[in-house]
Amino acid sequence: MRQQGPPRHSLDNTSWLRRFRLPTQPLLRHLILALCGAGILYLVTSSLSPYNDYEIGEIALYVIALAGLSLLTGMNGQISLGNGAFMAVGAYTMALLMTHTQMNFIVELLAAIGAAAAMGLVIGIPATRLKGPYLAGMTLLFALALPPIADKWSTTFGGDQGLTTTVPNAPGNINPEEWLAWIQIIGALITLVLLANLIQSRFGRSFRAVRDDEIAASVAGIHVGRTKVLAFVISAGCAGLAGGFLGLSTGVVNTGEFPLTLSIQLLAAMVLGGTGSLMGMWWGAVLLVYLSQWSTSLSGYFNLGSGASAYLATIIFGVVLIVVMIAAPTGIQGGLRWTWRRILGLLFRQPAVIHPASGLPDDRVPIYQSDER
Amino acid sequence: MRYSNRTSIGRWTSTFVAGAMGVALAVTVLAPSAGASGSSAPGVTSNTISIGATVPLTGPAAPGYDEIAPAMNAVFDWVNAHGGVNGRKIHYTYLDDGYNPANTATLTRKLVLQDTVFADVGSLGTPTQTAVQAFLNSEKVPQLFIESGCNCWSNPKYPESFGWQPPYTVEGKILGAYIKANFAGKKVGYLTQDDEFGQDFIKGLDMELPSASVVSRQTYDAATLAGPLSNQVAALKSAGAQVVALATIPAATALAMLPAAAIGYQPQYVISNVGADAPTVGPLLSSFTQKGGGTAAQAQAAAGLLNGAITDSYFAPESEVSNPWVQVEKKLLVDYAPSLYAKSGLDGNTQYGIALGYTFIQALQAAGKNLTRSGLLTAIAKSGMNFVTPGFVPLSYSSSVHYGFQGAQVIKLSSTAPPAVTPTGSWIGGTAVSPVEMTNVGSGPVTKYTGKISTPPKKLVSTS
Repeated sequence: MRQQGPPRHSLDNTSWLRRFRLPTQPLLRHLILALCGAGILYLVTSSLSPYNDYEIGEIALYVIALAGLSLLTGMNGQISLGNGAFMAVGAYTMALLMTHTQMNFIVELLAAIGAAAAMGLVIGIPATRLKGPYLAGMTLLFALALPPIADKWSTTFGGDQGLTTTVPNAPGNINPEEWLAWIQIIGALITLVLLANLIQSRFGRSFRAVRDDEIAASVAGIHVGRTKVLAFVISAGCAGLAGGFLGLSTGVVNTGEFPLTLSIQLLAAMVLGGTGSLMGMWWGAVLLVYLSQWSTSLSGYFNLGSGASAYLATIIFGVVLIVVMIAAPTGIQGGLRWTWRRILGLLFRQPAVIHPASGLPDDRVPIYQSDER
Repeated sequence: MRYSNRTSIGRWTSTFVAGAMGVALAVTVLAPSAGASGSSAPGVTSNTISIGATVPLTGPAAPGYDEIAPAMNAVFDWVNAHGGVNGRKIHYTYLDDGYNPANTATLTRKLVLQDTVFADVGSLGTPTQTAVQAFLNSEKVPQLFIESGCNCWSNPKYPESFGWQPPYTVEGKILGAYIKANFAGKKVGYLTQDDEFGQDFIKGLDMELPSASVVSRQTYDAATLAGPLSNQVAALKSAGAQVVALATIPAATALAMLPAAAIGYQPQYVISNVGADAPTVGPLLSSFTQKGGGTAAQAQAAAGLLNGAITDSYFAPESEVSNPWVQVEKKLLVDYAPSLYAKSGLDGNTQYGIALGYTFIQALQAAGKNLTRSGLLTAIAKSGMNFVTPGFVPLSYSSSVHYGFQGAQVIKLSSTAPPAVTPTGSWIGGTAVSPVEMTNVGSGPVTKYTGKISTPPKKLVSTS
């Protein structure tokens, strides 16, 4: 086994770092990483203020939505401008169940995933016949068409005011913001573990095979349509869970929370984080949550009027996108990976690793073309 | 064969740790500044009170509404320049939520948990404020004078929440009663926004008008409002509606009037206060005409479509230049918000902000020197009816009623009335065509208000 592939680094023979190697079994490895992450986030949330905890919870929920999108675009090559609307489907499902039934909220969240995934199936089946901008156009239409439906049947969906949601009471003396953040963090970690395993499984390989060449994939025995629909359904399910969490964070579910710009921002944040990466989605989510706040304080610092500061967030988002795409075409995660390799290279003088398929140096291969996450 | 079936520590662990550290760094950078200290209540010190709000400064709801919070702030600057209330100066932080409830939820938590405001005052919107009502009430933070006419703010479940402007149903009842009395026997059509604003307004109209007289009920969707409401207008015309009642935002008022004029349909318009402010709607009528290919002369003439329209107002409109309140409001803007005055002048929105700011100052004074959150609420419920504000009728606050004004006067916009002059031009003014009337959101009758109409106090802040 070990001799088959080219060696990752020359570290294999020299480094003390080798002793820290993680297990190769995917589930075990991902669980260990998730537990490490949980430990760090526990220290972070318990040392910060309730408001910061609330923001960390928001970051976690956007990570879920972004990870689903990253899988869809990076691993399967499909573009969706409708994931904000899938979030709305999940959020409304959860809120309707909260309003009319007395279920456990975990069941309600599962139902949110289920409903969004089912909607993903409905949208995904025709979407498999479309590509590129046509696919983006169709998903965009979905994002546009959904909010008026909620306004039309306002007695069911609560109209303008929407439906209120309640977070289950926190056990003990934990403050409600920290408790909510933990619900969302656990949801995000479970989602990431599941997706990371999926990507390394047979399904992940077929996703990538279909992305790279549909004809070759079908010759290899992969059912192309089914694979694409599956990726769409998984991505929608992730958005559904994120939508449910957004409903919990906000305390209410109404159409104003799911504007078209949400879907577009999700796509942009996913590209910033690193298309196809899962870890990179943390960067995307941090930017989603903080960029507008930073721009507000920046405009306050420079004493800009409300008119100018209105566009500052959008301008900064655009500038960050351009800078990141120039400096690190593979997104923030790709850039960090490149930097880390360079540092290791300087420390251990390893030879460049060449990606066999593209012939490019390993660290210059876009994440979405490499097998890495 | 997989290109790589195992990973060294490098990629996974490092990026994971780096990611988590990044999150940690991001949140520490924004760690809270030290809160207020040495005071009776959160956000209150011996010489300051900090309050906050979330309002749309950007996005589709911003035009016009972005003037309200700065106008309120002008009142606070004025009061601060005169020593504050009970020696405390007011610090007002208003944040832009872009009318998106998810932003409102985050920013309101920032105001309460991080900036430790004493109260949320003058936040705007039904969907946005519904989103934070439960949070503010559970944190026992007063949610005062919400800028929305939803019938939903007076709810025993949410004792911290107070509405301010007349509920849309009250407006609908007063205008409905006017239609019944003055246009008896005429066919009536509705054109309303397809949400609570429109539905609550219709509720009021339907209580007053015989159902047989309503011949057509048209709606539009605010989120997708992009072009002329031609279909709705054509339906109203073919149903033979002679009176058209509008519950529309300013842009929708213009987008309904223009196609009607184009097909030669001239019904009697009866418009909710929300969509009838001439200095706001007039420029929209002109600019839409120009964008549609009209000449400059046609554009100017389009602003005249408002001539003859009926609407209602709960404080003296800006065109009544001799009204003492209007004079005080104008002076206040000129002195304390000169850039706002240069941009918008005194219009319905800046007047609204000033009136709301006055209300809050009155509440603070009533709450006395020993300021607490519960003390403030008690003071509003106990003496809210005696607050001196630009409103025609007294505020109707009590321990069980959390609506503000429940009365208004019917106004006719007319080219013979003194015009409303703003930096953008001269717009059709209004004259009162009914006495000030009062009613409630329930089945109560519309009655004439017989009490005194307030005048500006000599001194807004008592220096006791």
